Amino acid sequence: MRGAARGSYLYLLVPALVFIILLFLYPFFYGLYLSLTKANGTFTLTNYARFFSDARDFRTVWTTLSIAVPVTFVNVGLAIPFAYHMRRGLRGEKLISFFLIVPITLGTVLVSEGMLTFMGPNGWLNQLLIVLRIAREPVRFTHNYLGVVISLGLQGFPYAFLMLLGYVSGISPDLEKASQMLGASRIQTFWRVLFPLMVPGIAISFCLNFVMAFSVFPSAVLLGQPSGPTRVISIAAYQWAFEKFNFNAASAISMVMAAIELVVIGIILAWRGRMYKGASIVGKG
Amino acid sequence: MQVRGKSKLSSALFAIAIVIYVGNVLGITLTVVLNSFSKGWYSGLLPSFLTGEWYKYVASDHDIPNLLAVTFTVAIADVVLALLISFPAAYALARNDFKAKGLLLSLFLLPMIVPPMAYGIPLAMLCYKFHLAARVVGVIIVNLVPIVPFMILVLMPFIEQVGTNLESAAKMLGAKRPTIFRKILIPLTLPGILTAGILSLVKAISMFELTYLVAGGKSQTIVVALYADAYAAGARPPQAVDALAVIYFLIAMICLVVSLRFVSPTQMVFKLK
Amino acid sequence: MKDFKRISVRRMTKRFGDKTAVHDFSLELGKGEFVAFLGPSGCGKSTALNCITGLIPLTSGEIFIDDECIDDSRNKVPPEKREFGMVFQNYALFPHLTVRENVAFGLKLRRLGKAEVERRVGEVLRLVHLEGYAAKYPTQMSGGEQQRVAIARCIVLEPRLLLLDEPLSNLDAKLRVELRYELKALHERLKVTTIYVTHDQTEALALSDRIVVLNFGRIQQVGPPSEIFSNPSNPFVADFVGYKNAWAGGIEALKETPDGLEVRIRVQKNSLDARLPYPAGDPRREGIVAAFRSGSPVCTAIRPEDIVAGSRPGANSLRCVANLVEYQGHTSQVRATLENPASEGGAGALVDMRSSVDVAMGEIVEASIATDRILLFPEGLPEAAAS
Repeated sequence: MRGAARGSYLYLLVPALVFIILLFLYPFFYGLYLSLTKANGTFTLTNYARFFSDARDFRTVWTTLSIAVPVTFVNVGLAIPFAYHMRRGLRGEKLISFFLIVPITLGTVLVSEGMLTFMGPNGWLNQLLIVLRIAREPVRFTHNYLGVVISLGLQGFPYAFLMLLGYVSGISPDLEKASQMLGASRIQTFWRVLFPLMVPGIAISFCLNFVMAFSVFPSAVLLGQPSGPTRVISIAAYQWAFEKFNFNAASAISMVMAAIELVVIGIILAWRGRMYKGASIVGKG
Repeated sequence: MQVRGKSKLSSALFAIAIVIYVGNVLGITLTVVLNSFSKGWYSGLLPSFLTGEWYKYVASDHDIPNLLAVTFTVAIADVVLALLISFPAAYALARNDFKAKGLLLSLFLLPMIVPPMAYGIPLAMLCYKFHLAARVVGVIIVNLVPIVPFMILVLMPFIEQVGTNLESAAKMLGAKRPTIFRKILIPLTLPGILTAGILSLVKAISMFELTYLVAGGKSQTIVVALYADAYAAGARPPQAVDALAVIYFLIAMICLVVSLRFVSPTQMVFKLK
Repeated sequence: MKDFKRISVRRMTKRFGDKTAVHDFSLELGKGEFVAFLGPSGCGKSTALNCITGLIPLTSGEIFIDDECIDDSRNKVPPEKREFGMVFQNYALFPHLTVRENVAFGLKLRRLGKAEVERRVGEVLRLVHLEGYAAKYPTQMSGGEQQRVAIARCIVLEPRLLLLDEPLSNLDAKLRVELRYELKALHERLKVTTIYVTHDQTEALALSDRIVVLNFGRIQQVGPPSEIFSNPSNPFVADFVGYKNAWAGGIEALKETPDGLEVRIRVQKNSLDARLPYPAGDPRREGIVAAFRSGSPVCTAIRPEDIVAGSRPGANSLRCVANLVEYQGHTSQVRATLENPASEGGAGALVDMRSSVDVAMGEIVEASIATDRILLFPEGLPEAAAS
């Protein structure tokens, strides 16, 4: 059954393989090639050298990381207790889930645009804060680091939450009951039983959230200060490509972006591997 | 059956957090909508006047029908093409456990991990080279890249659910592969196909970065036009920008609401194992 | 383990909305006793069990250990503090922990020293015959092995009460028998007070000191296995333990003797004599006498094994027509209908009997029933017994 059947499945993969090679691998390697050459095609490392030596450009790495890493930690970190709390269902669950989906559906651009008005100096949020005496004068939520972070939080948190919710609800309630009967308090049950079983979900959640946050572009431009404190690495890449028309330099920056992401993902997966030595089947008994 | 009662404190905290979150989401959407109808709203809770002039402005400033046409053409074309590519691949991956499977799956999922800018810029360049840029075709092609992996991920569990013994039974009765696909597999995985299609449609409408890199004047989607307006902040009155935003918002929300009839929110954020 | 003498459940009731799952459940458990909760699906046995563990709150009623009240439906000692152990139908082993870590889970929570933990884990794994499995993960083991780990995980903590919720239901027939023996041996050895929930009467009869039979959330009968088996107190219990042949009939004659009743009943066109060993004062005796006096019908209950082909002196004789014969080795299972020479338009009552001789379909069979093998119940047919 093996040989013949396997051969007959291969042709089904062809469209997808063609697609991936043509539209992803080829551009990616083309980008790699571009990053290592000059405009006339000769091999060079100047593109990378220039990026790492130009203070303004190199700083984007730090800037982007300083946005992406904390945001991802907060998103995933908050999502864990919330998913835990809602794991057995909740009143108004459908409504809450709907509101969580909205920012994801609307996309970064609309959320950013909306935040400019809602969280602007004269917007409703500041008016509310002043009325509630939480702030004495309008808080700067937009055109700064905070704005970008909030926007990423509004979009990233639902993603992380819904993903983790799926994971945690898949853990059999009998495991919690068994833990209780063996003498564990609620906190002990969480740390010794639920959390370890959530690790794969947390790892994936973290990776995807980080990728989203690290690639941030429209919100950094619209909500942040793209010429300064929130000049993220995608802005740098974009500018080299479409404002200075130096695609070699732009590609180098893209490669650096990809490399950093892969490193971070590698770290997460290594952590997951260490934490989760056991079987990969989540206990449904 | 309850394992334990939830403590009052955690419930309260949870409720507060939900209120804050929902409040912000509502606030953002409402101000955009309101602003698009307002005149002379500089401070205070509500605008002084309500007017529809911004929509007229937007209609004259942008070719709305074209924007809508492009947006939907791109989204639907992407969904259809992606289905044609993803379904066979998802089937092959779901039904087989060959050695290269893990590798292949990682390969197909790479576009989700690699930042759009990283492959987007070279991809855009290639589009320009092959005269595909600034055309709807280019936008369609470029947006396929993130959609296909997403669709494969969504489809696989649905295909896995259709037991292989059904296909075996069909084979015993004399059916060949294409017939099995047509008469058994596709009808039974229709919910999955629908789910994948709808989710991808919603996603496609809101996709920004890649379209932005290849779109030209007549091949912009609404999202890109919105960004361009918002970016060139001084060139347009903010209310007009918000008017365009509301148009986009309506489209996205209609698609969302329709899709929620078929799909649950958790499914919109796929579960990876 | 804190020592104790008795666990008392007093008038425990659990309602879910307007549905009562457990009604007025009272039971006294002595230390070391093995009690089975027996009944069909949905009878409330698992709910009752979970109420006793504290995993479900009580609607009303109380639970005491000696004189300490651990649950009065308003306040309760939480499950993790009761020192009870629970074995689940689907084992509920922690998939991310090895067998050793699973078993040590409760011990580690009690802050025992490493050496002590090792020693006790090793001991209990030997007890359940899983010595070499300490480093394995649950998913690498069979159902029977997983269940043994689950049991080990509980008993290593020396619980005051061990609760098992249909622990053998997920296993195949052969494993079920094997593990049943092991459970019996373990109980003989450790004498842990146990409550065992099952729908399988064989398990209940084999393992327990006392059986609590439940239906529709109410206790139907409590007693040692022999009592439940030979002396069911109502049609439901009788049916559940294998009494069939529930025929409705009227009492023609009744004679009271010091240690029992002699009753003649008329089932369709047949007369049957039954001798019931209920002494004076026994409510069952009074029920039958009342039925006689008021002319109400009664219902029989006879084990198929007690309806024998051929006639015997001193026994009731019946004629019936064989409808279906199933060969079962030692005996054949025969479904027949009572012969009804002048029928009233209805079919004869169904007879469920065993025959050690060959019977052909459609053959007329002379069967006999000993007079002391017939049970009578005044309430009517089993389904109607739900009060």
